[in-house]
Amino acid sequence: MRERKNIFQNADSMMIILYILLVLMGWLNIYAAVFDENHQSIFDLSTNYGKQALWIATSAILITMIMMADARFYSSFAYLIYGLILLLLIAVLGIGREVAGSKSWIEIGSFRLQPAELAKFATSLALAAYLGRTHINIENFKTKMVVGFLLGLPPILILLQNDTGSAMVYAAFFLVLFREGLSGGFLVAGFSAAVLFVASLLIRQWIVIAAVAGLLAFIGWQWQRGKRPWLALAGILVASALFVLSVDYAFHQVLEPHQKTRINVLLGKETDLKGAGYNVHQSLIAIGSGGALGKGYLHGTQTKYNYVPEQSTDFIFCTVGEEWGFAGSMVVLGLFLALLLRIIAQAERQRTAFARIYGYSVASILFFHLAINVGMAIGLLPVIGIPLPFFSYGGSSLWSFTILLFIFIKLDAHRNEVV
Amino acid sequence: MAVYLVKLFYIQVMSDKYQLLAESNVRRSLVQYPPRGVIYDRHGAKLVTNEPAYDLMVIPRQVKNPDTLELCRLLELDADQFRQRLQKARHYSLYKASIFLEQISKESYGYLQEKLYRFPGFFVQPRTLRRYPFPVAASILGYVGEVNQADIDKDSYYKSGDYIGKSGIEKSYEKELRGIKGMRIVMVDVFNREKGRFEDGRYDVPQVQGEDLITTLDLDLQVYAERLMQGKRGSIVAIEPATGEILAMVTAPGYDPNLLIGRQRAKNFAKLSKDPQKPLFNRALQAQYSPGSTFKLVVGLTGLQEGVLSVGTRYGCNGKASSPIACSHSHASPLDLLGAIEQSCNPYFWNVFRTSIDRFGYTHTRKGYNEWRRIVTSFGFASTVSPDLLNQAKGNIPKDSYYDKYFGENGWRSLTIRSLSIGQGEILVTPLQLANLAATIANRGYYIPPHIVKKAGNRELHFEKKSTAVERRHFYPIVEGMNRVFEASHGTARWYKIDSISSCGKTGTVQNPHGKDHAMFIAFAPKDNPKIALCVVVENSGFGATWAVPIASLLMEKFITGRIKRPDVEETMINTNLIGE
Repeated sequence: MRERKNIFQNADSMMIILYILLVLMGWLNIYAAVFDENHQSIFDLSTNYGKQALWIATSAILITMIMMADARFYSSFAYLIYGLILLLLIAVLGIGREVAGSKSWIEIGSFRLQPAELAKFATSLALAAYLGRTHINIENFKTKMVVGFLLGLPPILILLQNDTGSAMVYAAFFLVLFREGLSGGFLVAGFSAAVLFVASLLIRQWIVIAAVAGLLAFIGWQWQRGKRPWLALAGILVASALFVLSVDYAFHQVLEPHQKTRINVLLGKETDLKGAGYNVHQSLIAIGSGGALGKGYLHGTQTKYNYVPEQSTDFIFCTVGEEWGFAGSMVVLGLFLALLLRIIAQAERQRTAFARIYGYSVASILFFHLAINVGMAIGLLPVIGIPLPFFSYGGSSLWSFTILLFIFIKLDAHRNEVV
Repeated sequence: MAVYLVKLFYIQVMSDKYQLLAESNVRRSLVQYPPRGVIYDRHGAKLVTNEPAYDLMVIPRQVKNPDTLELCRLLELDADQFRQRLQKARHYSLYKASIFLEQISKESYGYLQEKLYRFPGFFVQPRTLRRYPFPVAASILGYVGEVNQADIDKDSYYKSGDYIGKSGIEKSYEKELRGIKGMRIVMVDVFNREKGRFEDGRYDVPQVQGEDLITTLDLDLQVYAERLMQGKRGSIVAIEPATGEILAMVTAPGYDPNLLIGRQRAKNFAKLSKDPQKPLFNRALQAQYSPGSTFKLVVGLTGLQEGVLSVGTRYGCNGKASSPIACSHSHASPLDLLGAIEQSCNPYFWNVFRTSIDRFGYTHTRKGYNEWRRIVTSFGFASTVSPDLLNQAKGNIPKDSYYDKYFGENGWRSLTIRSLSIGQGEILVTPLQLANLAATIANRGYYIPPHIVKKAGNRELHFEKKSTAVERRHFYPIVEGMNRVFEASHGTARWYKIDSISSCGKTGTVQNPHGKDHAMFIAFAPKDNPKIALCVVVENSGFGATWAVPIASLLMEKFITGRIKRPDVEETMINTNLIGE
């Protein structure tokens, strides 16, 4: 048996410190969000902050377990973990409990678990394991198929649970794929599709199609390299036209009414301060009223008096914005950014493709969560209910991000070992 | 990320829109209505007090699918009324509170307090209602009601649902009585539950209680006067001559002021305003009569001042055969001034009047008349004499231009306007002005404008003394004459002389084209150092001495001695009904 070493030996202290800071700040803000002068006990398990304290404590246990395991465990058992989580995702469709319209919770006694949260690190492991093999080429059709399968299954199962927000997070993996050599065409196509989507909701469809035709004609006219690719451009035009026409259909037939309204509110086509727009409006009021330096800790009125819904989960950033102001928002965003940059920097230093890809997955997922969550709170993106990593109240969410990050810290700690 | 920074910077640092929205979210300004001032009589008896009442208020925007049935049951409303009231509140404002149901009962209030949390948007606003311990002096005290749009437009202090004095003292002393509304700013959560005071109450505005008023009224005298006037139509005004303080003021028939408070007000008000006896019409201030023979005093005083009359001047009288004005009764002839007052001789005062008007020559009527009119109006006639009573009629002493218009320019002589000499014709006065005349004579030449409130809060109210255009010395013979009205063997009021008090008076019987004559009497007592001056008018009762004199006599006796030695007279007066069924 090996000599037992300090499990944190070689672990990157910067990531750990940033993690601790974010978790603690998150807890302080959850405390503020539900703060009640008549109810001040910190460890009262009937309150969100009391429970969150428990989640934080259990996360410490999880961290210890992760750090104690053999570093090779994660690459070796990646597929197995992925498979188990897939089973859980399927199981939840059957035995899951519906909360707020999403059937995504498994209940064991008073304990509730959200498999969709755990699927993130499992998928990251599986993707890293697959793409981390030697001589793999992402431009290879078969590789694309397998990657598509790995990344596609979990979100489809999550969509079946009616949890659109969590499913969308899997789009974050595209960032990883680009790092691993996926051609830029996908990015251009994806971006164009997004622009067309928004445009066709805002403007009459024939104008959008005409504009696309004009643009393509211009590109064809200006083509410098060899023969003008008219046929390809015509194909793109037809595809765009079909896409634009189908957006209308999809918007009206596929999306749920509340999702439609959210998008319409964001695009400014509807102002609905009582219904769908209420959350965003109140969130803006809370953050906006914070001013440069905030109202002071525990002195936020909008969050404390429940004007902002979901204030300790999806809208936790409101508490930050209201009580700590612009300065506090900058600090929080700065910490997140520092963590992201550190993860990417460490990922680039990995010797194994597995660890690198996994690192990028972690960074992408965190970035995606951060961007969507904060973007929604400040009214830049539609309301998509996904948590702010480490901040939002919720055991599954905190555990999942803790596991996600600390597996990378563990891998990073062993980057110099011969695998 | 840059986009995020810009957006955060914009909403947090650049724009203050969200600060304001946040405040409007959590801040609720609760209006604190101070109790109105209490109104006392001159000896400290409470005439108007407050009792707590509760208005159910509603903020329509916050109303969320109420259990209408339950609320209707609590408030004893049917579903239609409920809808109408909510609609009315919505119409006023979605965001501001307005009265949903005024003055809910104490029982409903207690019950509602417990259940109200289930009806977001509704809350109870404590108010005070007026209460009148004695059912007297209704028209003087006035009443309080909800402000109308005109009140709000006139004074921005008032907001919809506020209360305001609508008439009487409540209206003329509104500013003193209402106090100043306070404001309590609290923070509320999204369910509109109070969470504490905003900034520890730094921006709260304390309410200022309304000032108490001490009126000049003597409650005992007022109650007694109203008893004497029951079953009669007319009015009484009693003044303390030295101060101009109104001791009692009665208009009959009157009404119980308690009818015009609370929720029944609208109903009762409509009923009162349709009453053919016009109880809402304050005869003491608003009824205009010819002064009749009471005016002879003014004619005499004017003659003395102008030097056309002296105490020894005698004029003959042929009784009913007198020309151009007949005398209503026969008496010895000729009479001097004192005798003419005692026996109310018409021809005597016609002669005095004629010499006044013609003193610059028979053809210089205008000059003589204008000079006469100047002196007469210095007694307060043809103007509002009281500074703090509302809706006083001015009466009328015609201007020369009136006669010009009527008879052609300079087409009139003293003879043309002879009715004025005996207080008939175009001349109109109010009971208040006549009482003021009695007070002026009691004071021998001046009056303090008659008023109803002597003290507001800690402020003693001060009223400027007004002198007439008649010198003090000319009043003594007139006072003597008025004394004879009670004391002398032929005095028109001799049957109601008060044994212990030397009193002065003058009767009047006012011809009334619409029915029986109005009885009128002005008096003051005691003759020296007078304590009370008054005017009594009993409409359609006939000769002045029959009805107005005994009432005045009883009032003076009651006020000065505190008791009545003539219970038979008292009983007759109280029990007589002159209005008929």
